[in-house]
Amino acid sequence: MILLTRKADFSAAHFYWNPAWSEQENQRVFGKCANRQGHGHNYTLEVTVEGAVDPVSGFVVDLKKLKDIMEREVVSVYDHRHLNHEVPEFAATIPTTENIAIAIWRRLEGKIPGAKLHRVRVYETPDLFADFYGEGL
Amino acid sequence: MSAPRAHLSRRYHFSASHRLHVDALSPERNREIFGKCNNPFGHGHNYVVEVTFSGPVSPVTGMVANLSDLDSFAQREMLDLFDHANLNTLEPFLDRVSTTENLCIELWRIFAAFPHAVLERIHVEETGNNSFDYFGEGITPAHEG
Repeated sequence: MILLTRKADFSAAHFYWNPAWSEQENQRVFGKCANRQGHGHNYTLEVTVEGAVDPVSGFVVDLKKLKDIMEREVVSVYDHRHLNHEVPEFAATIPTTENIAIAIWRRLEGKIPGAKLHRVRVYETPDLFADFYGEGL
Repeated sequence: MSAPRAHLSRRYHFSASHRLHVDALSPERNREIFGKCNNPFGHGHNYVVEVTFSGPVSPVTGMVANLSDLDSFAQREMLDLFDHANLNTLEPFLDRVSTTENLCIELWRIFAAFPHAVLERIHVEETGNNSFDYFGEGITPAHEG
């Protein structure tokens, strides 16, 4: 069994806001992330799949296919968008790095032929990232 | 349905000096074991510390832990202590060599006390070419302080 990881980048805007809370409570918990005009990041996505090495191709998955799936399912939807306003899964879910990792897992699971999704890692900045392994879905 | 669990990792940076030296050993033996890391006046590194926590993603905040809580904890418990300091002069290293392995263990002890998530890993890069991981295995009461 081999783990294989592919990276992709997208740039997007977001803000953190819980509509059940007052303005003050949102500011207290989320700080400057609660600025409703939004702010943005250059996100890096790492998708790790696991599988057996095909004896003929020597591949776990065809990297070009994995790249195309990541592009179609995630990058084309998230890149240069405002996550809160333009990406349906964040209409009622706060687009934290954790929730973005979970959302990307949901978008990719079952769509990668011949391999199993192992981990979704999302870097919000080089110094902050979230990993999701599908636990508790 | 239980909340999905995720891992959250944060990287911190500090610069510190140290010297690898064991008082109980002869100068020759120290030199033999530690090489240039034993040079008498010490040397320094830009350390990178990557801490990984796990926990359920709160349906209210969308977070494993609030980063501002983690950042202020890291500032108070680690950076205020270690940044621009000589590691050998700090309490944890008075009787323990200030290797990055021992630094990892000390950092585990520190971050295990963060109350809002479960510590999974301490990763320390001493330079761009060497890094160390500690998962809390075999921690002793002495280290738990």
